[in-house]
Amino acid sequence: MNTLLNNSDLFVTGFRNTLILFFFSAIFALILGTIVASLRVSPVPAMRAAATSYVNIVRNTPLTLVLFFFALGYPKLGLVPIDFTTAAIIGLSLYTATYVAEAVRSGINTVPVGQAEAARAIGLPFTQTLTLVILPQAFRAVIPPMFSVFIALLKNTTVAAGFSVFEAGAIRANLSERGEPALTGLLWVALVFIILVFMLSVLQRKLEQKWKVTR
Amino acid sequence: MTTHVPGDALVSLNGVNKHYGQLHVLKDINLQVKKGEVVVVIGPSGSGKSTLCRAINRLETIEGGTISIDGKVLPEEGKELARLRADVGMVFQSFNLFAHKTILENVTLGLIKVRGTPKAQAEKEAMALLERVGVGAQARKLPAQLSGGQQQRVAIARALAMKPKVMLFDDPTSALDPEMINEVLDVMVQLAKEGMTMVVVTHEMGFARKAADRVVFMADGQIVEDAKPEEFFTNPQSNRAKDFLSKLLTH
Repeated sequence: MNTLLNNSDLFVTGFRNTLILFFFSAIFALILGTIVASLRVSPVPAMRAAATSYVNIVRNTPLTLVLFFFALGYPKLGLVPIDFTTAAIIGLSLYTATYVAEAVRSGINTVPVGQAEAARAIGLPFTQTLTLVILPQAFRAVIPPMFSVFIALLKNTTVAAGFSVFEAGAIRANLSERGEPALTGLLWVALVFIILVFMLSVLQRKLEQKWKVTR
Repeated sequence: MTTHVPGDALVSLNGVNKHYGQLHVLKDINLQVKKGEVVVVIGPSGSGKSTLCRAINRLETIEGGTISIDGKVLPEEGKELARLRADVGMVFQSFNLFAHKTILENVTLGLIKVRGTPKAQAEKEAMALLERVGVGAQARKLPAQLSGGQQQRVAIARALAMKPKVMLFDDPTSALDPEMINEVLDVMVQLAKEGMTMVVVTHEMGFARKAADRVVFMADGQIVEDAKPEEFFTNPQSNRAKDFLSKLLTH
């Protein structure tokens, strides 16, 4: 307990940064992933091909390499300079979006084709058929896998510790410098993660109950 | 895009062909439906009647020939097609009500998003339609809470809300329990009486006798007969139709 109390500054800053990384990455990944999933079911072959290649390339790359690229490779391209936190958010978003896209796509596949036909039959164009009829039902069907993706994202934020972003994964190293026992520090960090993930699970259960689609 | 359509046909199919792989489902179909006419399409399963019905609002694409509605040839995918579809009501075999929306929202969706009707006005119109088909009391429920017959009547109201020029019915009663078939047919008969132009694919011969102006008999992707109901049921010309009718009448 002393390890936690005496170093509460480290824990608070660390987890605050973890949550910042998580929230921004989750929002961007959700938006980007939904767009990518929509492109994968679009009637335009070029859009389908672009979205499919994006998912296959980024999802098949280890997260560490994606973050390496944004932290170390990107600055060398001479584009707009970004700080490490922004770089980490971009990397995490692009990486997580591929998993979101696949979860959303599997949701789209659960929506009976008659739903889209009925939407088209009343004159809704493709985009509105998707946003008003298909996606709302698709999201409801994929809440459990979607939350698995976000739980993985929460834990993946610790990889950013390796790239000069001070978040929860970096707490242990700093504790060691202050002469605290490493194992105790690790256990505390793990405990806080378990609590955070538990909170996500509660949210998941709430949404599942609220958004049940009965057919 | 507009081409001349012979006569005053509202729906016009000229030389329409379609294949599913090797299977030739629509063979050189020619069919004209005049304004206010009720055309019932019957035939054995696999004869292509459902495909024909779905082709009229391009839920099925065709490979040859043209389909036009009110003088306009069906456009390729896109905004144009969406606009045309709004004028063609469609009722499906499996209802296809939007599962996540209430009954009222099912009916107002097209009005609000496609026609741009203000929400309050759309709800008023939708309620009137729901009352008309006898499900006004269910407006706030979700589709899954309704019986099949009620769902299908909502689906008819949803299509009517768009004030379509023509209504397509793709076997609307075949997924229903027997005791619910009549409540749906009653609504359809009423519509026919009010002068709605209708193309109805069905197995309900009673409806064909009662409400049809013409019966189109299809077999193997072709229109084999096209006659007044009285004529068709009492004096079918082709062997296919005779065979089909004899099988129906033995039960």
